[in-house]
Amino acid sequence: MKFKYYLEHITGVSIYPMVSLLIFIVFFTALTIWALKAKKSYITEVKNIPLGNNNDNN
Amino acid sequence: MTNSSQLEKFYYDNKIVKWFAYATIFWGLVGMLAGLLAAFQLVFPVLNMNTAATTFGRVRPVHTNAVIFAFVGNGIFMGVYYSLQRLCKARMFNDFLSKLHFWGWQLIIVLAAITLLAGYTTGKEYAELEWPIDILITLVWVVFGINMFGTIIKRRERHLYVAIWFYIATFVTVAMLHIVNSWEIPFSPLKSYSWYAGVQDALVQWWYGHNAVAFFLTTPYLGIMYYFLPKIANRPVYSYRLSIIHFWALIFIYIWAGPHHLLYTALPDWAQSLGTVFSVMLIAPSWGGMLNGLLTLRGAWDKVREDVTLKFLVVAVTAYGMATFEGPMLSLKSVNAISHFTDWTIAHVHVGALGWNGFLTFGVLYWLIPRIFRTNLYSTKLANWHFWIGTLGIVFYVVPMYWAGFMQSLAWKEFTPEGQLKYQFLETVTQMRPFYAMRGIGGTLFLIGAVMMTYNLIRTARAGKALNDEPAEAAPLSKVFVEEHGSYHWHRWIERRPVQMLVFSLIVVAIGGMIEIIPTFLIKSNIPTISSVKPYTPLELQGRDIYVREGCYTCHSQMVRPFRSEVARYGEYSKAGEFVYDHPFQWGSKRTGPDLARIGGKYPDSWHFNHMYEPSSMSPGSVMPSYSWLFENEIDTGITGAKIRAMQTLGVPYPEGYDKTANADLMKQAEGIKESLAKDKIQIKSDREIVALIAYLQRVGKDIKLQQKTVASN
Repeated sequence: MKFKYYLEHITGVSIYPMVSLLIFIVFFTALTIWALKAKKSYITEVKNIPLGNNNDNN
Repeated sequence: MTNSSQLEKFYYDNKIVKWFAYATIFWGLVGMLAGLLAAFQLVFPVLNMNTAATTFGRVRPVHTNAVIFAFVGNGIFMGVYYSLQRLCKARMFNDFLSKLHFWGWQLIIVLAAITLLAGYTTGKEYAELEWPIDILITLVWVVFGINMFGTIIKRRERHLYVAIWFYIATFVTVAMLHIVNSWEIPFSPLKSYSWYAGVQDALVQWWYGHNAVAFFLTTPYLGIMYYFLPKIANRPVYSYRLSIIHFWALIFIYIWAGPHHLLYTALPDWAQSLGTVFSVMLIAPSWGGMLNGLLTLRGAWDKVREDVTLKFLVVAVTAYGMATFEGPMLSLKSVNAISHFTDWTIAHVHVGALGWNGFLTFGVLYWLIPRIFRTNLYSTKLANWHFWIGTLGIVFYVVPMYWAGFMQSLAWKEFTPEGQLKYQFLETVTQMRPFYAMRGIGGTLFLIGAVMMTYNLIRTARAGKALNDEPAEAAPLSKVFVEEHGSYHWHRWIERRPVQMLVFSLIVVAIGGMIEIIPTFLIKSNIPTISSVKPYTPLELQGRDIYVREGCYTCHSQMVRPFRSEVARYGEYSKAGEFVYDHPFQWGSKRTGPDLARIGGKYPDSWHFNHMYEPSSMSPGSVMPSYSWLFENEIDTGITGAKIRAMQTLGVPYPEGYDKTANADLMKQAEGIKESLAKDKIQIKSDREIVALIAYLQRVGKDIKLQQKTVASN
């Protein structure tokens, strides 16, 4: 029943946190670049959605 | 491509939004009232009413749970059900699920209030509800999820506005937090033990506790901010790019910051440092979001002067900025050394709860109710009065609490030139009473404001007629994707495939969750084992469960931090290995009363007996309630065996078959305490709950003392 200790028995489990931190950094960097480079027309369209006067013909 | 001739007619479900709005208002008033009672109980202990259900230790969890899960919870659903339909240009996926969600959530709230007042608690802050309710929460949350994702899948708007991303993250992360932290082993129809023990339990609990703030009180409300602020101000959000970065940075960083609640505790140092670093990093996305909200109003501040809903929103966003600046500061070890366990924390959370959550909810309600009822607000003047009295209430609440926090920490740490502690703990309690009274007045003002709002909104609703099904029309999404001038983004690809997007976002969040949970589960290897630490005896175990039941942890910590002032006041600082049999851990987060980690053996049994019966008889001026029912109630020995078996399942090394013989040991130890009390001329039957509680209190923190004695004699 002590499922919580199973992780410890994985060989080299200590690398998991490092790998996940790396995934986070890579993902975040890629996302930031995407957000900054996204086309203005797209941004303008999406940011107007709450106001309800955008067109739906995309 | 679509054309306008294919417009579909449909209706927005306003009725469910209306219901959630009513529930928000009602539970808001209830939660605030419970808070007010708790606040004044600390000034006038007589308000504990000498009854188990109305003592501070049970009222305080009712207040926190009501405000977080009933008031803000219903506020979230109100905001989500209104905005999601509009942002998706679709009615909610299924009316029955909407109703099931609504009534299921209200049922949970009622059950929570009853069980908490009756003393059924897990003893883990903001996760106090017991296992049957935990299961119910999971089921209702799934209903909410199906309804939300169903709506997203049948949407008529191609792009997912950023608010929806916040809602999705909220759903997925809260589900994960709730399930992981509520993992417990039931031993009776309404009681269970936490699966985790000691340090591990603390880490899981504060991973949950911190992220409950992040993903229940913050991300859904940010989604609401990103929809309602532009909507009410009638101008798009300042920077949509910033909102995307805000979203992703926030959800990724938040999940790491939990350990900042455990600085200077027995938690391993690396985990504490990790918590601090990520907490400081949080300033960037939080302030990005706040500025994005405020800058949306650039060039429109004249509107703020006239529109009362915008006033509420501006104060809410400002309070968000203040709280999210203060939070990282409190995560710095040097600041935390001062602030932790004091009323500073109480001030900090109320800037968030009253300012951010409270005012954002009020602003949205003032805008929403007249819209749904197709009329104007009954009285703008009254709403303005609410705004000012509410703002004043926040100031009156937080300023005395900040002041009290500073005073407590200075007094606790002050030494005389001779090297003695300058103040008895009790002195620092009695000095707080004027501040607690002022805080109560601040809370009263805030509540009066909420009552004024309730009246205003009732009059508004009466003057109009609810448009329960609001007609709308929009073109369905085209199946064929026409590429525009060769520009093709993966993000757009995924937006066109709602099911794939759902699976993908689940994977992303799961990776994020794994990232933090793995170090948590690895922590066992970092706990140095202390051989003198032994499992609780059956009587002590029963006593510990009474300690948990009465909510002692709401005022008493069990964690001596490694400071000179604390070691001098309480004794040897706490070690990680001392808590390996503590299901759940009881470190606490607030010292309204003194720390109890080394209470064992400090006073005779008779002192505890008298103190629990009438605290002020032993500690004049104490604000602790009397626990007279412990002297009447019998120890429930029928359940001892089940408790022992549950503990054995969790790995506590009781001998095989001990569940059968445990009660004999229990009786023997109880007789011993009875005799010790009799020596001090106190007559009590050995089967009373007070005997078990004394056994537990006399045990707390003694394992280490024994060890030191052994070392000394060697």
